[in-house]
Order: sequence, then structure tokens, then C-alpha cells
Amino acid sequence: MSNESFEPRLVGFLCNWCSYTGADLAGTSRMSYAPNLRIIRVMCSGRVDPQFVLKAFKEGADGVLISGCHPGDCHYQEGNYKALRRHRLLSKMLEQMGIEKERFRLEWVSAAEGEKFQRVCNEFTDEMKKLGPLNLNGGKKNEQ
Amino acid sequence: MVNLTIDGKKIKVDEGTTILQAAEKNDIKIPSLCFHPLLEPYAACRVCVVEVIKKGESEIVTSCNTKVTEGIEVKTDSERAMKARELNVEMLLAQAPDAEAVQELAKDLGIKETRFEVKDPDEKCILCGLCVRACEEVVGADAISFNERGAERTVSTPFGQESEACIGCTACSFFCPTGAITVEDLLGREVIHDELHLGPSSAVRVPIRQAVPMVPFIDEEACIHFKTGECKLCEQVCEKEAVDHDMEDEEVKVEVGSVVLASGFKPFDAKRIQAYGYGRFNNVITALEFEKLVNASGPTGGKIRLANGKEPESVGIVHCVGSRDENYNEYCSRVCCMYSLKFAHLLNEKTNAQVYDFYIDMRCFGKGYEEFYHRLLEEGTKFIRGRVSEITDVAVTEKEEGKLVIRVEDTLIGAMRRIPVDMVVLSIGLEPGIDQNEIARVFNISCSQDTFFLERHPKLGPVSTFSDGIFLAGACQSPKDIPDTVAQAGAAASEALSLADKGTFELEPVTAEIDKDLCSGCQICVSLCPFTAITYNEEEGISEINDALCKGCGTCVSACPSGASQQRHYRDNQIFAEIEGIFIE
Amino acid sequence: MSNDKPKVAFYWCASCGGCEEAVVDLAEDILKVTSAVDIVFWPVALDFKRKDVEAMEDGSIAVSFINGAVRLSEQEEMVKLLRKKSGLVVAFGSCSHLGGIPGLANFWNKQTIFDYAYLKSPSTNNPDKIVPLEKSEVDGKELELPEFYDTVYSLDQVIDVDYYLPGCAPPKDLIVNAVNAILEGKLPPKGAVLSPNKSLCDECDRNESKPEKFTMTEIKRPWEVELDPEKCFLAQGVICMGPATRGGCGQRCITANMPCRGCFGPSDQVFDQGAKFLSAMASIIETNDEKQIDKLIETIVDPAGTFYRFSLPTSILRRKKMEATK
Repeated sequence: MSNESFEPRLVGFLCNWCSYTGADLAGTSRMSYAPNLRIIRVMCSGRVDPQFVLKAFKEGADGVLISGCHPGDCHYQEGNYKALRRHRLLSKMLEQMGIEKERFRLEWVSAAEGEKFQRVCNEFTDEMKKLGPLNLNGGKKNEQ
Repeated sequence: MVNLTIDGKKIKVDEGTTILQAAEKNDIKIPSLCFHPLLEPYAACRVCVVEVIKKGESEIVTSCNTKVTEGIEVKTDSERAMKARELNVEMLLAQAPDAEAVQELAKDLGIKETRFEVKDPDEKCILCGLCVRACEEVVGADAISFNERGAERTVSTPFGQESEACIGCTACSFFCPTGAITVEDLLGREVIHDELHLGPSSAVRVPIRQAVPMVPFIDEEACIHFKTGECKLCEQVCEKEAVDHDMEDEEVKVEVGSVVLASGFKPFDAKRIQAYGYGRFNNVITALEFEKLVNASGPTGGKIRLANGKEPESVGIVHCVGSRDENYNEYCSRVCCMYSLKFAHLLNEKTNAQVYDFYIDMRCFGKGYEEFYHRLLEEGTKFIRGRVSEITDVAVTEKEEGKLVIRVEDTLIGAMRRIPVDMVVLSIGLEPGIDQNEIARVFNISCSQDTFFLERHPKLGPVSTFSDGIFLAGACQSPKDIPDTVAQAGAAASEALSLADKGTFELEPVTAEIDKDLCSGCQICVSLCPFTAITYNEEEGISEINDALCKGCGTCVSACPSGASQQRHYRDNQIFAEIEGIFIE
Repeated sequence: MSNDKPKVAFYWCASCGGCEEAVVDLAEDILKVTSAVDIVFWPVALDFKRKDVEAMEDGSIAVSFINGAVRLSEQEEMVKLLRKKSGLVVAFGSCSHLGGIPGLANFWNKQTIFDYAYLKSPSTNNPDKIVPLEKSEVDGKELELPEFYDTVYSLDQVIDVDYYLPGCAPPKDLIVNAVNAILEGKLPPKGAVLSPNKSLCDECDRNESKPEKFTMTEIKRPWEVELDPEKCFLAQGVICMGPATRGGCGQRCITANMPCRGCFGPSDQVFDQGAKFLSAMASIIETNDEKQIDKLIETIVDPAGTFYRFSLPTSILRRKKMEATK
């Protein structure tokens, strides 16, 4: 399925205080990275409702990223831990739904880690390129 | 009022006063052994006998339990009185020839030896019964009493067995006028250093010399009253009537706008590093114990002494005990280098001991600190760079006999060394307070990974926390020295004041709200809120959000299983629309 | 039977028949229903055929109650036919409302289901490897079977649905209320689910037993623990879908000391019942340690099957990902 011309569509839910600022830093530092990630800003990674992740996959995402503050550094104390717990359970459920767990990624990127954000973006894009498109509909539009 | 004459002096005293008390009040000394102002007089020793002339008739009485009557004349040193006293003391000397107090009395009265039969030359007990009365009247334990009669009489526990009634209060020993009762510490510890922390100390005491506020407290664990319900001697002797044994802990509710947390730290427990022998070797002490020892108002009056009371000839100071060590705490405790240097300086000043200072790095970061270090170098303190691996009393050479040997790798010369010293001071680090997590939970703040309280921002918000109105000061936030603590405390206080001055504060616009028509009161959200902004309203059966406390993280929103909780400006349908928008080609 | 009585049809698709039982369970109340309406189609009880329905005028049936999910082409044809002939269509019961238990088949597709059911299952004895075919010839005559779809659908994914009567099966009082509302013309806006919009905790007797610190330290299946009949199931470490399931069921399972399994579906604000419950449950797991989280989650044997027990076809993803077909 994988081919060189495939450009995965990725959705990233980034927390306002660490990861979104980290992404901003990557931008203002003129770091170039894969353009595949489309970012939705939320106040905290703990705000990411599993419904959003399912919705993103449903709408055509090949991969979904949640990125928050490092453990212990959450602007709201523990939101990222809640994101962690939900991520673990949702990953397990997504696998049952036939969605590889590599497609749903959780990362900790701090406001100072523009470079890490760049790396995560590139890595995630590369991995999804290797994995190929999700094709949730299995090529049969009417079945969904 | 009663008028009387004592040794020719005309005096007036209250009715009910004893002759002994009346004399004492007027600085007339009547010797006695078995009298104690806190106990009922018993007139057992009969040393306090005086001559009383009443209506022309002379009589010998014991002054401790004879009350004054109008017009009597008391002679404390008349021939008749002296004769009676001498006889009594002679008899006491026969009963307790080893008692120093009796010997002294005899000496004062010019008695060289007793004419009576001495049964036991080592006896110290005069059978006055003060101890028995103390145990009964004061302590209320009734653990000791007189046994046998006449010449066989002794004071002891029932049948001389170890008594279950004895609470180990040592009051008997305290009241004994002749030192006949001694207290033996079955743990067999040596003396001086024991007094530093836990040795025999009063149940009423000031916790430490520099305590703030400087007021004594009653240690319920040690107080006799809390064991037997009796005693209360402190209540009797306190003229200000400040002692109240019935006081109870009370919970006081105070409504405040902001809180400055200054809950401090816990010193590292040196026992955890077994190789350093703290608790095994009497002369291995912690920095705090040394501080107490060296304090002018401390147990040794500021003299630096070994456990055997001698002055040390050499002292080792070990830095970074429990700090900068991945087995215990990885962080630097910041204060130890400088207080260790202070100790070295005090040792140089107060003793002739050679001081060795074992350090990893010298962290002299403050104003004047580096200069102080240089001064110590000049004073002749030997600095050895390397972490101490062990402190042992196993001597290898003759020089090490009877000493503590510090084993260390001297990284500057690249060799293992054994340095024999008399005393080792462990510069213990600072750890988060014992109830740090509990406090964090109560005030809704978080702790960093080392469990010190987390400040809002290391540079831009060093005294505030993520909970508005909660500020931090001192070692509860991270180990820090006194100047830093004072500076931070000042900043915290002014932050709190500026809030109070403004009287208002800004709310977060992105807060969560609960639709009360949808909320089922499942309470999933309640325990999730890190700011305790959500409470369950039992009456209405729904959960409610306090707008002033909500910081708008939205974690309750994504957890709400019925969609009743929504985040303003980040509603579910708004984010859904955003997701849909992303995929429009 | 007088002709001015409103005409009513009942139909069943992929279902267990429990919903039909629920109608019969109305007991003497069914007499009131039958006296008020004219039942024109009810395959389980009355002998009307498809051609009878086809013969009716469009829109002549006042209301059709359809239970069961749609999984065969025949069911699709029948519900489309009933839609055309009916004024109102009510999705009756969890299967037509949400997809229901038959909807769990969406974890597989037609091929895997046929392979297992007709070839691989241990109790199957099929040496000739005969599987159902849409068209087959027997004695020179062509036989036709309905098509078996890869995916199970809820009723509203096939036809327009006016109202939903939730439950597996819908409780008696909700049915009576719904029928009365239709007869009296006092209907809520189209698309409404005819039960309260608050979740089950609102009416649950055990709600007040929740501890102040409402967290889960372990997750147990109901048979692994002796269940306290007074205490909230979640507080006992047992998965109960109550918080994410709308109420109105009269807490039938709860009073039988069994946790809620979610048959009433989510409240109106929730898009995906399973995801919402997953989020709520993961949130109250009492640990921040990654390894412990993993260990605890390992004890949830089948999260998708548990959280989507009744609602897989109406979840956001609707089914397990389909492998590309040749």
C-alpha cells in the first residue's frame, strides 16, 4: 500500500501551554518539518475527548497526535495524566476497531522543545508514509 | 495573722503556716532532709527539730509539720534543739552512712562518727519516705512503698519485683534527698550526646532553643499527668497560672483571601546511609545535633564534646549526606556547604581539633561565601574532595585505635585514604516535609518530581502557584538558605498583600459550565478537577462549577459522559466543526 | 373494525424477538391499544403479507413500529416500503435505535461471519462447504435469498426515522406513553428519543453511595466480585455504563444487582456513547503511573465490545475497519 507519493493526513491536538507554544517555537525558529500535521489547539491535552480522535479518523485522518506538557509540568497540574490514561484505553479500543496503534500517538512536547516538535512531526509523517493510508472505508464508500 | 518570735526576731505570718515555712520566709535556715514544698510534710528525718516555748513551757517539735500559734517563741539553735538535732543526725548517719547529704549535715554539726551500729556502710536511704509520697501523692502510681518494719524497713516495689505500676517517670529519684534512688537507662547509652535530642528532658519544655514562638509545651507522651491523671505540679508552681492540662486541640476556621505556604522541610534521616554508622557510633552526629552542641545555651554550654565528655582532637565533616546522590536525593540541598564551613570555623575557633572537610564540590554561591571558604583554607581546615564511602571503628593501624576511620577516595590525588578522627559531623540534606503531598492536596497545588511544591514559573512566578492566592515561601518549595527564604517570604507576603489591596481578581474566560438540565449528578467530574472547582449539590442531584476556581482546562468536559459539561469557547461542536474543516480539500 | 381508527404496523428486522414480547407484555393494556388502533401489519402475530402492505396507499399507516437492526437486503426493502406507506416511523428498541446486539457483528464482515458460522465453528458439520448464496439452483429452479450485508445498520441509517423508543426491550411505561402521545397528537420535535435526556445516574438509587473521591483502583467483571446491592457499581470497580446512558428504563438491571450495559444509548449531546464512557472511565483511574495504567487497562478484556455493546453501528466509526476488497 505504501508508496512514495502518499502524503498522510495527520491531525494534532496540541495543548495551548506547552506543545502549541513548542510548535510555534519551531515555526519562529524557521525549522522546517513535514507539513502533514494539521493542528487543533486545545487548552490542555486533558481536553481531548476520545470522540475528537474518532471523528478525526472518520473524517479521513491517517494518524492522530495528542501532544501535551511533560508529566508533572501540566499547566493544569494533571490534565496530561488524564490524556495519558485515555490514550492508553482508546489505543486498545482502536486496535479492536482495526486501527493500528501507531496511528494514534501521544507525545510530551514542552514550550521550549521546538526541535522535539519538528522531530515528532517528521517521525510521525514518515511512519504513516510507511504504514500507508488508513482507508477506513476499505474502498467501499457505501458501506460506511 | 499570727505573731511569733523565731530566734529573737519578731515576725507575722498567715495562719496555717508551718514553723519551717515561717522561718524560711524570714531567711532563717532550718536544716531538713525529708521536707519538700510540693509534698505534705511527714517529719520522718527529724532534722528540722526546733525548740518551741509556749506559755513558758519548752517543747521540741519538728518544724516542718508544726503550725505556728499566737505568741510562741521558736529557737532553732538553742542548746536543747541542737542536741536533739545532733542525736537525730547521728542516728541517720548510722542508717545511711553513704548519703552525702547526711554526711554534710553531720559535718556542719561537728559530728565525726555515730555511736549507733552501722548496718550497711553503703546505704544511702534514710527511709524518709519522700519517694513513697511522691509516687503516691504526685504521680498517683503507688509503685513503691515501705516494706517490713523496724530495723528491717526498706523502700521498694512490692516484693522487690519489677513493678507493673511503675511508669518510669523517675519522680522518686527526683524527690530523693540523698541520692539513694538512681535511674538506670537500660538502653545503656552514653550520656552527653543523648541529651542532644532525646535524653531525659522535662515533659514541659521549649522544643528547641531558637523556637518561634518561644513558649514551652507539655509533651503528652512524657507528662505524668497524662499517664496517671495526677501530678499537675507545674500547674501548682506556675505563678501566672498559665498551665492548663485540660486544653484540647481545636480546629479553628479562618476565612482568608490568600495563603502563604511556608511548611518547611524535613532533615534527611542519616540512619538511611548505614555505611556512615549514624546511630551505631556515638560520635557520629548530624549537623543539627552539632548545631545544638555548639550553641551557647545548649546542653554543654557551647562546649564541643565527645560522648565521653572529652574535647575532640580531630573532626571530620561529611558533605552531601543524602544529597546529590541518586540513591537518596539527586538534588543539591544548597545549604550544607555553607553550614559545614561554618562548623569548621567554629571548631577552629573553639577547639584545637584538626578539621577535615569532605566535599564533592564546594558550592559557595552567595555573597561573601567564596571569601569565607578562602578564610577556612587559611585557618588550616583540610579539604578533601571525594565522597566518603564508609565510616568505621575497625582500626587497621595503631594510629586508628579507638578512633572513627573515614574511608574516602581523594579524587584530587587519586587515592583511597583512611582518615582517623574523633568525631564525624554529617551534613545532612533537606527533604520535603513529611506531609508535603497532603498539604499539596489540601491547597490544590502540585509538587515537582522531588515532591517540593511546584511554583507557577521558575523565573516569572517563583512565589506563586497554579492556585490563585496560594503563595510559597522557603524550603517547602526547594531547599534554600535563610537569605533566600527571607527574600521569597517577603515577595510572597507582598503578592498576598497586593491581592488583598486590589480586592478583585480576573477570572479565566475559558471556563467550563455544567448544564443543569442535562447533568445526572454522576460525579465523574468532581474528583477530576485539580482545582476543586466542582462540587456535587446533593439537594439538586447535580454537579456545579465554581467560576472563580475553574481554570478552564476542560478535563471535566471531555470526561463528562452525558455531555452536560461544556467548555466555553471550546465546545464539543466547535471542535467537531474544526475537525471537519481540516479535511475540506 | 371501524375504518377511522388509526392504522398501525409492527415490523421486525434483525432482532431477537424481545421487542415483540415487550408489546405482548403490555398485558391488559394491549386491549386498550387494539381498541384504539387498527393493526394492519404484524408478521409475528397476524397473517399479512408484503403484497398487502404494497397494496396500501402511501402514508395510509399512521405509525409503524420497527424493531431490529438492518442487516439484510430484504429488511432494507421492507423498511423502505413501510416508510413510504407510513406517516410516522418509530424505531422500536435498541437494535433499530442504535444497532443493538446484532450490531456487534460490525467487528467482522460478511466473509468472516460466513466462514465461521458455516465452516469453522466447532459445532459445524458441513463437509460440502455449503454457504448461503443469493442465487442458487435446486432441481432446475432458481432460488433467491436476500443479500447479507457486510455491515449492520441502525434503522435511521436506512430510512428517515421520526422517533426512537429506546431499550432492550423498551419498558412498558415508555411504550404506553409513546402510544398515548401519538394518539393524542402530543408529540415532541421530530427525531426525539422518547425517554428522559439525563443519564441513568440521575434516577439511580445508588447514586448517593458514591464516595467523595470517586476513583477506580481496580476493574472487575461482575462475576469476579460479590456485588454490594446498595453501592455504586463503578465505586465497586465494576464497569457500569449508567453515567453514559440515558435514563428512563426504571433501572431494571440495577435493581437486579447488575450494572447498566447501555441499552438506552447516549444522551442527545453525545455523539459516541462508547468513546464518552471510555473517556469518563479512563479519567477516574486512580494512578498516574504508566505501567500501572497499562496493567489496569489490561484487565478491561474487551473495551470496544463493552462500551459499544448496543451502539457500535451508530458510533462515530460505525464498524471495524474494512479490509480492502479485491
